[in-house]
Amino acid sequence: MTYSYYPGCTLKDRAKELDLYARASAKALGIELKELPQWQCCGAVYPAVKDEIASRLSSVRALMDAEEGKLVTMCSACHHVIKRTNYDWNNDENFRTKATNYMKPEVPYDGSTQVIHFLELIRDEIGFDELAKRVVNPLTGRKIGAFYGCMFLRPGKALAFDDPENPTIIENFIRALGAEAVTYPYRNECCGAYVVLEDKQVAVNQVDRALHSAKAAGVEELITACPLCRYNLIENAVKETMPVHYFTELLAEALGVKEVQ
Amino acid sequence: MENNAKFLTETALRISGVNPRKCMKCGKCSATCPNYDKMEYHPHQFVTMVDRGQIEKLMESDSIYMCLSCMACVQRCPRGVEPGKLVEAVRLMKIRQQGMDHKGPRDIPPMVDEKVPQQLLMAAMRKYRK
Repeated sequence: MTYSYYPGCTLKDRAKELDLYARASAKALGIELKELPQWQCCGAVYPAVKDEIASRLSSVRALMDAEEGKLVTMCSACHHVIKRTNYDWNNDENFRTKATNYMKPEVPYDGSTQVIHFLELIRDEIGFDELAKRVVNPLTGRKIGAFYGCMFLRPGKALAFDDPENPTIIENFIRALGAEAVTYPYRNECCGAYVVLEDKQVAVNQVDRALHSAKAAGVEELITACPLCRYNLIENAVKETMPVHYFTELLAEALGVKEVQ
Repeated sequence: MENNAKFLTETALRISGVNPRKCMKCGKCSATCPNYDKMEYHPHQFVTMVDRGQIEKLMESDSIYMCLSCMACVQRCPRGVEPGKLVEAVRLMKIRQQGMDHKGPRDIPPMVDEKVPQQLLMAAMRKYRK
């Protein structure tokens, strides 16, 4: 199966591993991630007011360029921004009209593209049971926690692929890889996000709370889909530290294709 | 309400799409806010102050740059008021004014290390300037 794929800016540079391991794993699973021929940065944060039209256009272009009605995302931020823009397209007539009038596309976007995160693709189109069968190096004995962060699940109304308060998708993914999935209270809280620029202490506090919560529950390593969460969880960890990987790295490891990279 | 305050309030309501009158003052937004301690005005106060037309006070406060945009208050508001959208609206009303960028491209490089993801730089440009 071939899916249109939107990697995003960070995956071309600081988070190259997130992208490379994803592509290698997809190949091992018989999936081709076909990068959109031209894409623009999603803007990293979703503009949450109704009259920000231009800042959502790059997402609309990506949605229009997706083939076969599906667009696969990898980064939490891109997933969040593009999926919410798609939600707006289908629910906010003012945005749809203004964006269409501005872009004047030959064929107007009909709102039908489905934005699916790579984890959703694995869950819904392959199945975690099937993934477990493809694992050649099970991560047996490893105690892994999911760090969902804020953007991956909220707001549930627009993202709508897991319970925003009690998610299971990454835990089920961890189990499929043969490891023990450890849940802990702060797994869907914010890492401190961009406010780290102005006030490092904000990220230090958030990360400290999350890592403390994870350690207390018995987590030995964390996985995430967000480059900014990973950055904060590593660089702003003061009292506690823990290895933090992209989920694709563990996937590649379990599928036996990590070294190929 | 004087004219300017009225204009600012109408703008905040229009661009955010929020109806502060739906608020039942339960305080869940502020209780769940991870950055509550750093905000001069807390999420529940944004709702009340917008309703009372006190937008200028909010625009002058650093609270608008302390919101993490984590959507905890948006997700958890039992009345669907979604206070985070008001914070976003007021912040944009501030930086959309000429010469009122909070930070520009020249301010950012000294603030970051070499490991920061591009995502962070993009987010800063979206949040701090117009």
